[in-house]
Amino acid sequence: MSQRAVKLEIKNMSKQFKNGDGVRDVNLSVYEGEFLTMLGPSGCGKTTILRAIGGFAEVDQGDILIDDRSVSGLPPEKRPTAMVFQSYNLWSHMTIFDNLAFGLQIRKVPKKEIQKRTQDMLELVKMSGVEKKYPAQLSGGQQQRVAIARALLLQPSVLLLDEPFSALDAKIRSQMRTELKKIQEDLNITVVFVTHDQEEAMAVSHRIVVMNKGVFEQIGTPTEIYDQPASQYVASFIGDMNFIKEPDGKILAVRPEAITLSKADLDGKWSGYIRTIMVLGHYAEIVVQAGDQTIKVFQPRQISDTFSQNERVSLSFDKYQVY
Amino acid sequence: MRWLSPKGFYFAVGRRKFIEFIVLSVFLLFFYLPLLNLFMLAFANKYEAPALFPQQWGFKWWDYVLGQNSLVSSIALSFTIAIVTTVISMFICIPAAYALARFSFPGRKVFFLSFLLSDAFPKMGLYIAIGIIFYKLNLIGTFLGVVIIHVLNSIMFMTWIPANAFRSIHRQQEESARDVGAGPIRTFIKVTFPLALPGIIVASLFTFLGSLEEAQGTLLVGFPQFKTMPVEMYGVIMQYATTAGPVFSILLMIPTVVVLILMRRYLSPDTIANGFKMK
Repeated sequence: MSQRAVKLEIKNMSKQFKNGDGVRDVNLSVYEGEFLTMLGPSGCGKTTILRAIGGFAEVDQGDILIDDRSVSGLPPEKRPTAMVFQSYNLWSHMTIFDNLAFGLQIRKVPKKEIQKRTQDMLELVKMSGVEKKYPAQLSGGQQQRVAIARALLLQPSVLLLDEPFSALDAKIRSQMRTELKKIQEDLNITVVFVTHDQEEAMAVSHRIVVMNKGVFEQIGTPTEIYDQPASQYVASFIGDMNFIKEPDGKILAVRPEAITLSKADLDGKWSGYIRTIMVLGHYAEIVVQAGDQTIKVFQPRQISDTFSQNERVSLSFDKYQVY
Repeated sequence: MRWLSPKGFYFAVGRRKFIEFIVLSVFLLFFYLPLLNLFMLAFANKYEAPALFPQQWGFKWWDYVLGQNSLVSSIALSFTIAIVTTVISMFICIPAAYALARFSFPGRKVFFLSFLLSDAFPKMGLYIAIGIIFYKLNLIGTFLGVVIIHVLNSIMFMTWIPANAFRSIHRQQEESARDVGAGPIRTFIKVTFPLALPGIIVASLFTFLGSLEEAQGTLLVGFPQFKTMPVEMYGVIMQYATTAGPVFSILLMIPTVVVLILMRRYLSPDTIANGFKMK
């Protein structure tokens, strides 16, 4: 990935708010065509970074470069970025066509071309034929599609997405992220995506930045972050994780699917009895009581069906992290 | 005949409906009776006080009022002043309203509340104090002086209602406009202003109508050079027969009613109620 051109670079950026929130010493490079996600709970500073890139928040310190040109100090209208907000993106007094055409008209694009480009873009986001409607006549998901279309129409160097799907219901959300991912790959655009939904982040990203209280906890591919979480915080934030205390005070972090249960070897290091077995479709969640700790285990159905409640089992960990 | 007896009516519609009917009737009488009386008196040639109905009906006072040149010219003057007042007030108050809605600065709330202050004093006292200043500035008896008084009266409406209209616009809508390449001024003209327009129209209406019926301040600052409709009204009431007054007040009412009917789609209870939220 390092051979690729750097599209966006943030150098030593700091931004503090009066209430103590903010980000400190942020350094980040985003490559051309990369889908980078900033993931963290609300108030961790991920939106602050995004707004700083878009020009909506002034930075206290540091620099932001896009295509090797410094953009800090430029107002949003002069930056080669396009932003999609969580909601209220569209101007409710304009038709969808006017919403889409506004930016192009400012750039003095000829009328015919505006017509063609808006049509093509609406087709891309599967919203053809809504030109004459008003935003209020569309559903929340459709409005976000139009907002994404409007951002893409301006052919930005970097597309900024601030939790664009979080106001939508679960089914539409997962459908939209699949489509977004496809569009991103087809157009090979650089995207910085902000979300608090770890599943969403895992699904769409090339790289994820896990944030906590204004600092980067880990930067890595979804697999790296899932398999080798750099800190206990990352481990607890992404996916299901058991934290098991060792007698010497160390903490083992083990994924529920990385545990093997067996009936035979009862003098293994970790053993206990089965408290509950919950069948969740093609796999089952088995909770094992080992001393004073409870350990969650995921097993395929053909294995879980051979166990029963209160049965004594021993556990072995196939993969784990020590903190 | 059962429907006409109160008892029959009571049992026919039930207790609840009956009480509602009584309350509504009292309210309607209270609200519309003075108006009805006004209309009746306007079409009376002769009316003496204790009688319920005029002794003689006719259009005598309409002819009289419309025949007076000063009364007709006062209508034109009132409209001129009201239009000038509304435009000037918009130019002063709308930027202020936007600042109040969008920027937080120390004392913002107190500043917001201070617009109520002028309504806390008896208006006449305030006008006399203003009159003294106007004398020194040679504004007494000038068009500008009258307009300033009218604009002062409109400041509360013209800042509160648009400020709340601006505040109800989501910031993302303005930020999106900046994002696609519009500068601050274009953003205001193309996005912020149209989205706040219903609130601004309501505020301008209040200003326009308020200016049309403003009498005290105009009387003090502009008399005798500037006689607007309501100022003329004082003279009419004092100098002529009781029945000239109703004719003139109906004439005063016409522009108000016309404006309200034309603009009724902006005058929803919601816009008005939201216009007066304190935040």
